[in-house]
Amino acid sequence: MEQILANGLYLGAQYALIALGLTLIFSLMNVLNFAHGQMYVFGGFVTYTVVAQLGLPFIVGLIASAVVLAVMGALIEKFLFRPVIRKSKRDESTMLLAAGIAFFLDAVILLLFGEKQRGVPKIVNGVLNWDMRIIMPYDRILIAVLAVALIVGFILFMQYSRTGRAMRALAQDRMAAQLMGVDVDRYSMIGFALGAMLAGLVGGLLVTITGINLGMGGPTSVKAFLMIMIGGAGVISGAIAGGFILGMMESVGLTVLAAYGDITYLVIFASLMVFLAIRPQGLMGKPWG
Amino acid sequence: MKRRHFLATTGLSLGLALTVSTVAWAENAKLKIGFVGVTSGPAAAWGISNQRSMETRAAWLNELGGVDIGGTVYDVEIVPFDDQKDPKRAIAGMEKMAQEGIHYVVGPNVDDGAAAVRPVAEQNGIMYFPYAFPKELYTPPASNAILGMVANYQSGPAIYKYLMENKGVKKVAFIAGNESDPLSQRDSGAAAARELGLEVVSDSVTYQMDTTDFTPVLLPVIQAAPDLLVLSGVSPANAPQLIRSARELGYAGLISTETAQDAAVLAEGAGELANGFISVGGASTPELASDAMREFVDRYTKMFGEYNDESNTKVYALEYIIETLKANPAAIDNVEEFKKTMDTFEAPNPFMVGDAKLTYVGTTSFGQKRQVSVPLVVNEFKDGKFETLFVAQVD
Repeated sequence: MEQILANGLYLGAQYALIALGLTLIFSLMNVLNFAHGQMYVFGGFVTYTVVAQLGLPFIVGLIASAVVLAVMGALIEKFLFRPVIRKSKRDESTMLLAAGIAFFLDAVILLLFGEKQRGVPKIVNGVLNWDMRIIMPYDRILIAVLAVALIVGFILFMQYSRTGRAMRALAQDRMAAQLMGVDVDRYSMIGFALGAMLAGLVGGLLVTITGINLGMGGPTSVKAFLMIMIGGAGVISGAIAGGFILGMMESVGLTVLAAYGDITYLVIFASLMVFLAIRPQGLMGKPWG
Repeated sequence: MKRRHFLATTGLSLGLALTVSTVAWAENAKLKIGFVGVTSGPAAAWGISNQRSMETRAAWLNELGGVDIGGTVYDVEIVPFDDQKDPKRAIAGMEKMAQEGIHYVVGPNVDDGAAAVRPVAEQNGIMYFPYAFPKELYTPPASNAILGMVANYQSGPAIYKYLMENKGVKKVAFIAGNESDPLSQRDSGAAAARELGLEVVSDSVTYQMDTTDFTPVLLPVIQAAPDLLVLSGVSPANAPQLIRSARELGYAGLISTETAQDAAVLAEGAGELANGFISVGGASTPELASDAMREFVDRYTKMFGEYNDESNTKVYALEYIIETLKANPAAIDNVEEFKKTMDTFEAPNPFMVGDAKLTYVGTTSFGQKRQVSVPLVVNEFKDGKFETLFVAQVD
């Protein structure tokens, strides 16, 4: 049981961090960023290139992933989403644009980084073995701690920084924020860059554990959407709760239901359908702020 | 002046046109060979290594002046199609090959794609070389598919028997991805293990192909305490993670698979935790590779930046097509002639040392020769490289 809980918490921490970036972009711009998974993959490959190819320390790779993805996010917002949002009132325009960016990034990743699975050496060796009740490699513990630290840092930034307050105002009521003098374009760009940066950071963190490959983008986006549907789209606490709930459900399901075959995600999806029929806005489903 | 200029220009143009057309006349005829397989998404490595192997070999042959089939010299042109591991796309790909008048196609890479294209191939006179294991593709009345590698029901028993005799394996566990190929490989592997007298302690645990953390998946398998953990039909993307998670959970037994893997991917993803991992390979280990194989690896690396060890098995299909056409030039646009030639065909295997031969096999498994004879090379991963554990032949 202890092992199941430990696995669930570890999975939950990484899932929550993935979901945070997606929910931030949705809350600020009402954009369902289908390319979020591809941004995660891109971040993983940047860290891989810096650490495994260039031989630089892991922390440099992580910073490089954050910077590259933040710049990419800012450019995507400024030159792609902003003009589309300005010209089209239909939500599906941005959805199609996001899907197009996802396909484009898949092709770019294949060209730049190739088709192979990639990974970087373990950043910490050794395994924690607590009386055979909990077995957890130290690098996973470190990644989970870093993920939680990033989540806490993100919450503090949103709560107490001027930029964070402006973005919260924007998410709460775009028109009112604009009337109060908030530079909507600027903070939308910063928000998108921050969301993309979070995706890149998770990719960089997890490349040490799971490795990275071209095909991980789509399934990552699906899981991220699942989490924000559980927690409530556009709500930071909802994304965190959704991440930990999904991580725990996966961990419990994979152990308890193992004898019945691969039905864990079948059960999760069925439960989600019932849950959304009862509470369509998710657990904390109101715009945050 | 104007008239003189006009005449000069006309003369020059005529001269150029004649030169260009002379060059065009000197060009070889084209022999188009198709490839329908997965070159995008999580399993892209399977198809890309296929396509690149074909392109490398084709470029090499063309550089040597082309291939002489029945007195006509052809340049080999590879026509690729990404089926995205989707049977519907695989059908579209095979239809495209038929429209282009192509009679020989390598692929698809997976079971459902290979089964889906069968009617298109049979109706349009196409021989195809799938990397898929369902026996009904190769047993009569089917006759257009030729298995391009060693099937798991051929390699699995050989590996288990070797490990029983040499490593004292008694209990075995299977884990597979929740897709048709890995699941069918798990079922046939478990059946073969039982037939050999091994105790199968776990064969019901499966995982989603996009799993990022295998610890919870592997936990119940490791608790069953097998001597051998078989990763049925595992993709090169998942193999390092599964090995790493199993070792981190304290598993000290043997781990094997019947699919081809890439040493660099294992080294990056699992490091020394992958030492001892057993997989099926081709002929590029130093003791087996010929000079031609080494040159192939060099050329592939120069063309694409990095070699993929999966190509050790995928270098063969194009060679078989070309050599069989050389043996019977009438087969170039008539696959019935190709089928007739297969029964007696034999040519030197350029990629292996010694007197290895290219022949068609499969009579024991399929009742007819519908499989390329590639060596069953069982490798063990050690410190970033594959070492040959043993070599066997299939019929």
